[in-house]
Amino acid sequence: MPEKTRSNSGMIMARTIAVTVVLVLLTIFALVPIWVLVVNATRSSVDITGKGVSLIPGLNFIENIKTLSSWTSEGKVEFNAFRGYINSGVISLCATGLTVLFSVMTAYGLVVYDFKLRKVAYTIIIAVMMVPVQVTSVGFYKFMLSIGLTDTYWPLIIPAIAAPAIVFFMRQSMKSTFPLEIVEAARIDGCGEYRTFFTIGIPMMKPAIAVQAIFAFVANWNNYYTPSMILISRKRTQLTLPMMVNTIVSNDKLADYGAKYLAIMLSIIPVVIVYFIFSKFIVEGVALGGVKE
Amino acid sequence: MKHKTISYAKFGYLFILPFFIVYLFFQVYPLFYTFYLSTQSNGSQTTSSVGLDNFKIILSGTPIIDEAKTAENKANGDDTIAYKVQKRSSESTMKDFRRVLGNTFLLWIGNFIPQIIISLLLAAWFTDAYLKIKGKGFYKIVMYMPNIITAASVAALFVMLFSDSKLGAINSWLANHGYEVVPFVSGKTQSRVMIMIIQTWMWFGNTTIMLMSGIMGINPSLFEAANIDGASPRQQFFRITLPLLRPILLYTVVTSMIGGLQMYDMPALYNMGTSQNRYTETIAVYIFNNFHNSMAPNLGYSAAASVILFFITAILGAIAFRVNNEDGDQKVRKGNQALKIKLGGN
Repeated sequence: MPEKTRSNSGMIMARTIAVTVVLVLLTIFALVPIWVLVVNATRSSVDITGKGVSLIPGLNFIENIKTLSSWTSEGKVEFNAFRGYINSGVISLCATGLTVLFSVMTAYGLVVYDFKLRKVAYTIIIAVMMVPVQVTSVGFYKFMLSIGLTDTYWPLIIPAIAAPAIVFFMRQSMKSTFPLEIVEAARIDGCGEYRTFFTIGIPMMKPAIAVQAIFAFVANWNNYYTPSMILISRKRTQLTLPMMVNTIVSNDKLADYGAKYLAIMLSIIPVVIVYFIFSKFIVEGVALGGVKE
Repeated sequence: MKHKTISYAKFGYLFILPFFIVYLFFQVYPLFYTFYLSTQSNGSQTTSSVGLDNFKIILSGTPIIDEAKTAENKANGDDTIAYKVQKRSSESTMKDFRRVLGNTFLLWIGNFIPQIIISLLLAAWFTDAYLKIKGKGFYKIVMYMPNIITAASVAALFVMLFSDSKLGAINSWLANHGYEVVPFVSGKTQSRVMIMIIQTWMWFGNTTIMLMSGIMGINPSLFEAANIDGASPRQQFFRITLPLLRPILLYTVVTSMIGGLQMYDMPALYNMGTSQNRYTETIAVYIFNNFHNSMAPNLGYSAAASVILFFITAILGAIAFRVNNEDGDQKVRKGNQALKIKLGGN
């Protein structure tokens, strides 16, 4: 029936066009705030406060960089992009490294070895996966205060060793992709258990490790709650980038809006770069299992 | 050959040991410490035991009577004043707690409903084999992007754009075009709606991708059969996709709710200056501000609120876990049945 096919394909065309229009609108919705941020970082303060929103970049980018760096060098603000990159980078990289190494190790222990408490251990990990950080933060804060670890990076880095959600995903992917025979074979060849883990286990888990590392890095970089809880004294040299952004925006005495927008932009550049390099992995990783903050 | 088997169980324990040590030290102990602190007094760093009074106060506003003081006041002839003061303070604490609980729920539902509608539509379209959408990958990447951007910076950006005074970009535009300036950041309804919109903006891409993977798990032959039988896209969506997606939808609702209970960055930072907006103060902000006050921390109230949050999360988590573990075959069977009944009855 050629006629029916034609009307059908017409219907499909019409639907495709309608759907595409909605998709384009939602794409604009997703992009506009970020575009406005970039545009405002290139405009002069007078232009921003005088004309309001604009979608066309200005010519004040260099000027804004100069203003922002003069604030930093004169000590007017706690914002120091370079410092912020180092602080946030150190915390995020250390925490991410610990998270993936110990998560893959825990998952390996749960998958490869058969021991009495294996089921219990796994059940505990699942049970604690959803406990929100806010629930334990009063006790955590008081505890850190009493052992003198506030105003240090330790409480932001060491707890990363125990990341139940990441252990869960590592175990799932190891269960489906990791051949246990290879461990047997290594044993027969006289390879020790630790060596097997480091020379066979980790390399075989590389794809899963990469995905979880990206998520862990972004989550740590974006974390505002824990650093603002632990770094009580708000020492200039210790602040993470998101904290610096907050101090610059809530400071009413600074009137140069272009420079303020530039500060916000600088704080998100690293995650945006990471995102564009790894976006394919990230989207796939989200699809694999509800990754929620 | 039994006697030759070497037990490797020891290595299993060694591999999972670091996780559990750190977990015990940095999570389990603080959790019990929080439970303990919820039975302690408020107002200073050094605390004394008050039993379950904190829970009584924040949940029901019951005034706590100081026996010794009451007796002393009675001797002085004014036994009602102290009681009245105590009652008023208990009631205001209870009202504060109810307010933040209400705010939390309102902000969550207000961002979840638009988010789930948009995401369901998008997920259905992206997985529809008969639609010829070009650049699906591009759309997904762009729509997920807001989720990856630092929430604290997003809050800062929106405060700058929507600032109440004429200095905010949007308000300066409004003022230039002869409109009234709108208190987007401090107004009651305005600030709430803004946070709902920002949260929707941040999360709709994430929810879309999660729902898509759910829809892709549905047996494609169901859609093919429906197509041959001449079911319209609308019929297919409501009679195949939605019923079969039910467990995943429920899972999404519950996990989103758990996430919503933890909403902190946006409500804490989307403020004018440094004072917290009362209308957008969530339970997470309440907990933080009560214990993170160097002058007079209300550790007791903060910990009691944490304990309540813990139990709410535990219940929700148990639901999510059960839904997630429902037998896969059963899901498909149920779906097939639903399909038969619904299409057959048409």
